Amino acid sequence: MTEVAMTNGLLLAGILFTLGLTSLLVRRNLIFVLMSLEVMLNAAGLAFVVAGARWHQADGQVMFLFILAMAASEVAVGLALAVEIHRRFKSLDVDTLSNMRG
Amino acid sequence: MLELLWLIPALPFASALVLMLSGSRFPQKAATALGVGSIGISALLTLLVAASFFIAPPADHSYTQLLWTWLNVGGFKPDIALRLDALSLVMVLVVTFVGFLIHVYSAEFMMEDEGYSRFFAYMNLFVASMITLLLGDNLLLLMLGWEGVGLCSYLLIGFWYREPANGHAARKAFVVTRVGDTLMLIGLLLLFTQLGTLQIQDLMQRASERWPAGSGYAVAAALLLLGGAVGKSAQLPLQVWLPDAMAGPTPTSALIHAATMVTAGVYLIARTHVLFSLAPAAQFAVAFVGAATLLLAGFSALTQHDIKRALAYSTVSQIGYMFLALGVGAWQAALFHFFTHAFFKALLFLCAGVIINALHEEHSIFKMGGLRKELPVAFWTFLIAGCSLAGLPFLTAGFFSKDLIIWEAWSADHGHPGFWIAGIVGALLTSLYTFRLIFRVFFGPLGTPVTKRLGYAMTIPLAVLALFSFGAGYLKAPLLNFLHSALPATMEAHAGGMTETGSEAVAAVVFLVGLYFAYLFHLQKRSLAEAAVLNPLGSLLHRWWFAGWGFDWIYDKVFVQPFIWAAQVNKSDFIDAFYSGVAWLADLFYRGLSRTESGRLRWYAAGMAVGSVVFLAMVLFR
Repeated sequence: MTEVAMTNGLLLAGILFTLGLTSLLVRRNLIFVLMSLEVMLNAAGLAFVVAGARWHQADGQVMFLFILAMAASEVAVGLALAVEIHRRFKSLDVDTLSNMRG
Repeated sequence: MLELLWLIPALPFASALVLMLSGSRFPQKAATALGVGSIGISALLTLLVAASFFIAPPADHSYTQLLWTWLNVGGFKPDIALRLDALSLVMVLVVTFVGFLIHVYSAEFMMEDEGYSRFFAYMNLFVASMITLLLGDNLLLLMLGWEGVGLCSYLLIGFWYREPANGHAARKAFVVTRVGDTLMLIGLLLLFTQLGTLQIQDLMQRASERWPAGSGYAVAAALLLLGGAVGKSAQLPLQVWLPDAMAGPTPTSALIHAATMVTAGVYLIARTHVLFSLAPAAQFAVAFVGAATLLLAGFSALTQHDIKRALAYSTVSQIGYMFLALGVGAWQAALFHFFTHAFFKALLFLCAGVIINALHEEHSIFKMGGLRKELPVAFWTFLIAGCSLAGLPFLTAGFFSKDLIIWEAWSADHGHPGFWIAGIVGALLTSLYTFRLIFRVFFGPLGTPVTKRLGYAMTIPLAVLALFSFGAGYLKAPLLNFLHSALPATMEAHAGGMTETGSEAVAAVVFLVGLYFAYLFHLQKRSLAEAAVLNPLGSLLHRWWFAGWGFDWIYDKVFVQPFIWAAQVNKSDFIDAFYSGVAWLADLFYRGLSRTESGRLRWYAAGMAVGSVVFLAMVLFR
């Protein structure tokens, strides 16, 4: 098994995270916002796995499992909210949902 | 018998408390019984204590009764302890005895006043505070009594509080004496920090051990105490409050503003005479203040229309004599003059009260006249007291005490011929203004008609006080002898071509001259007095003296007006600007931050991202 250089792995994770963050900030559709969140979570998970591989520790993969579980529950709650929001406001545009401004 | 000492202040204090707490619920008779009775018993107890003090003098001619320790903090341990010696005994005797007579008089005088029991509550509190002041074993307890009498003075000057002028007079008295009290407090602190105690005997002993004569500390402490004495005793430059203090009921003027409280300054200086002996400069200041005050107040008394104001200036002038005596080192003479002055000045005020009452609140002596036949008791007692004040030679108490001071102002070791001349001129003025009052009020054509006669409760105190005004002078030798254990005798230094008899002869001549001129101007040819007031110089002097040498005007311009100006300029307190600035800043931040609360999800996410980046950068590139 050939080892991936840590720098490359972390670089990939960073690119993924930045992409996710950018699309989170750019996209207005709630579904896309949730998807960008998934990308960011997976980028973080990738960083853990790469780090675990570097030090030959299982902890990185354990953390990734936690992140998967969390991402799954987040998607469940997030999609439920998206359905409810769509039902109530007839829209998924997050910018129009600014009723709670100060 | 000496163990009963604590009851003397405690009884009036308890009665004052009861009267205050009961409000006006007590029937008048009960209030009288309590108010007058407590002072009566106090006076009786004082007589008992004095008798046992005379018969079996305690060791060292002083008796200290320790009641309890007031507080004990870091080496500062003032006791509630009463100290009886010749000095305080004489003062307490006068205060309780004259106080009792004035209370009896007040029982009738204040009969129709709605504040009857309030009046007695204040008067009793006053007597209790005054006795505390006199018997206090340490300067802190003395200060407690000192402030207590100041409070009662304030309350009683403003007794008829519905009249705004009375409230103004009360505040003036309080604020002006407060200036002196503050100086005195600083003096106390100086003494405590330097000598480590406030117990008067220890203090005097340590002062004479540690401070050489004329040392800076001694002079500073003595001058600060003098400041307190000057405020309380209405001497220059703080004399302005006493004439206005006559706004109070007349018994108050008699007791507080003539006989007792205003002599507290004399007592303070006599009590701390060791300190003043160590500070010749301060002692000279005492004599100078006394001499200047007795002259200025004498001239002012000559011009007053209001009988009570004239008597008030006379009081200021007579206390000036006491200060002069203290200043030249004639401690006993000062106390002797206090003793006689208390009787005749209280009597003069009580007579003035009778007259004002009888003429339906008429105060102006120019509207009175011919009362000799109408109010015979008041006439004879006023005449006796007036003769005593003016110093009718070789008969009256005032002659003995005043001429002792005048003589010792020259012959004592700190004496000076200048002081003697001031005393003699003062005696001339005293004689002039006293007989001016007598001739204006009791002689000549009938002025305002009499509407009210006096009853027994007012007659008896007048008679008793008249007896003492006349006879107290014969107690001169025993009194001075008795005081010897507490106050050193006068050091006779230089007679300078003058003998005691010579001085007395001059004083007697001066008395007759004053009497003659008063007769000429105010009875025989009243047109002369009017002419004197009408010519330009005379009218200028008259107005100047009438206004008390313009001190009120100067103080108004120098202190009151700038203060009012500053208060008006600073109406919106400049310190407030700081706090409203803080509030404005908080408001600004609130508005700025609430702008960021836009409700937009992406905006928040961006904020979190930027925040994380900033924090990460701070951690990484620290």
